[in-house]
Amino acid sequence: MTQETVAPPAPATTTTDPYVDELLDIPTDADATEGDVTIQNYTINFGPQHPAAHGVLRLVMELDGELVERIDPHVGLLHRGTEKLIEAKTYIQALPYFDRLDYCSPLCMEHSWVLAVEKLLDLEVPIRAQYLRVFFAELTRISNHMLNLGSHVMDVGAMTPNLWMFEIREDCYNFFERMSGARMHHNWFRPGGVHQDVPLKLLTDIADWLDTRLPQLFEDAISLVADNRIFKQRNVDIATVSREDAIAWGFSGPMIRAAGIPWDLRKSQPYDVYDRMDFDIPVGTRGDCYDRFMVRVEEVRQSARIMKQCLAEMPEGPIASTDRKVVPPKRAEMKRSMEALIHHFKLFTEGFHVPAGEVYVATESPKGEFGVYLVSDGTNKPYRCKIRPTAFSHLQAMDFMSRGHMLADTTAILGAMDIVFGECDR
Amino acid sequence: MRAPAPAWATDLNGETIALAKATLGAALVHATALVGEVQLHVHRGGLVPALTALRDTPGLEYQQLMEIAGVDYPERAERFDVVYNLLSLTRNHRVQVHVHTDEEQPIPSVTGIWPVAGWLEREVYDLYGVLFSGNNDLRRILTDYGFRGHPLRKDFPMTGYTELRYSEEEKRVVYQPVSLAQDFRTFDFMSPWEGAEYVLPGDEKGALPEAKGAYTPLTADQVQKAGVAQSATREPAASSEQYAKTTADSTADTGKGVSDPDAKPEPADPDVKPTPNADKSGGQNQ
Repeated sequence: MTQETVAPPAPATTTTDPYVDELLDIPTDADATEGDVTIQNYTINFGPQHPAAHGVLRLVMELDGELVERIDPHVGLLHRGTEKLIEAKTYIQALPYFDRLDYCSPLCMEHSWVLAVEKLLDLEVPIRAQYLRVFFAELTRISNHMLNLGSHVMDVGAMTPNLWMFEIREDCYNFFERMSGARMHHNWFRPGGVHQDVPLKLLTDIADWLDTRLPQLFEDAISLVADNRIFKQRNVDIATVSREDAIAWGFSGPMIRAAGIPWDLRKSQPYDVYDRMDFDIPVGTRGDCYDRFMVRVEEVRQSARIMKQCLAEMPEGPIASTDRKVVPPKRAEMKRSMEALIHHFKLFTEGFHVPAGEVYVATESPKGEFGVYLVSDGTNKPYRCKIRPTAFSHLQAMDFMSRGHMLADTTAILGAMDIVFGECDR
Repeated sequence: MRAPAPAWATDLNGETIALAKATLGAALVHATALVGEVQLHVHRGGLVPALTALRDTPGLEYQQLMEIAGVDYPERAERFDVVYNLLSLTRNHRVQVHVHTDEEQPIPSVTGIWPVAGWLEREVYDLYGVLFSGNNDLRRILTDYGFRGHPLRKDFPMTGYTELRYSEEEKRVVYQPVSLAQDFRTFDFMSPWEGAEYVLPGDEKGALPEAKGAYTPLTADQVQKAGVAQSATREPAASSEQYAKTTADSTADTGKGVSDPDAKPEPADPDVKPTPNADKSGGQNQ
């Protein structure tokens, strides 16, 4: 590609055929790059409207031929000012904004928020509520990974697994609908517990589904790609990240586990009833895209394992704190009791007050560490709510991860990062 | 702690503060543990050596920078708090490092310690206008190309100053000053007797909130400590029935109403009102 200006040394012995010369490594007079066109690096835009960008991501890429020299991700195209809006809302009103952050794993977003508020309030949560939260957070993890794994294999060229995994995702969404009434934006967790109890039939249906449909569909879909030669060619040794890099770049979740660090907040910093759960943390060995994919595959199996334990152990009991200064009474109770009516009215106008203080609460969302840094000033509205998105640190590493790889690899790298822009841009 | 928040090694808080005081020396303004979280307030000038020490000193070992958050306190002289949330993977511990600054004084960049700080600092710069010296890529990151102002400052209006729409005449998106059909509605819920700066005589007795979520002048940390002391001495309240006077005889005393008023047998036809003396004289219409 580049012009060779140094004159080649005089040929030692030249055969008549230049092709034989070349095979024998005999230098010739002829310039090896003769006829080649000198090209310069050029810059292209990847996105903001691109099916493999998984949302509104604009990558300004500097290419040398087909090799990526530099990537400058431009984010913020989906910035909605969530943090600013939350400052003007009460603590309960702020909750639905979290569904709209990572809209592929809404309950895991809510989880960090309610835990942060509960920590400031020092509020107890009934044990059934904790089980329900963990149970549905794990179902969320499965549905999130279905989207990510499916779109990842589609980004690198396979079609069928995605369709099968979307079947599972659709099942999950049907369960969510029966849980909260909403398919995507559940608004179901509450500081102090959850909003509503779930019908027993839903739990038994999910139990059946965990035993039959999920393993069937999922293992079928994964068997198509996990050992597939083409899939491996597209993913193995692509964008390897060392342990040191993963730590320095603030990786978390499957990204840091694929780099070989067994770090899972559910295990190391258990919240709710994760300390009662028995599950394994998958880790990668090479830190490449294939490892990231396979870590997520194994996480789906472990999530199913956690869900089964939840079903086996979940006790009966209240599903939200009985503290009426935080959790509103049931509607039926509100209709008949004066005290409950007052609580209801106060909670849905003024909301509850949270004592002054600041906490950083992070949970293991399907994409990594999702944190809420919450500053309260003692009023009914948060003074400051900083949301720590998982995508920020991962997407920032995009530049060094894709350097020297082909243009087509960027979709694989991006797919294995699992980025959703609702969360990244807030 | 009674809340089911993530349980990292909060028992290391005390020794962390002691070691941080010994290691950081003069760079440290003060260190506290509030609501179970260690907060180290650090001088702006000594930030980079302090964070390097926090990362590299054995016994501290905060390998990861998870987050940089800006907070705006407009009433202060140095109005911005910049909070670095560090995580130690080996000790399973978190720490907050606070630095103060204003609109002009730059904070030394920590991109040399953690490359991840690049975007995090860009975000704080974008949303608060805090400057970072040494960050050689301090562009805006979340707001629009060509955006003016720093939207998360407390004096920045919620609506912003400009809005954009598609102009049919110009066949492109145009910016224009924001025009609202209705005033932005915000309510002040602080009662004058709750938000008062002074303490009325006798009020100090009722400092603990009546219940979780009620107004209290105490901080979360004091509430938590009082709660720990309380739960050590008495069993936690068990049921929600605490509001109902179960000993009272009539529902009028409890204010709770009948548990199921629909339980009595209904008349066969709800449209027909049974008259008490139907057999004697006249009917409903007389």
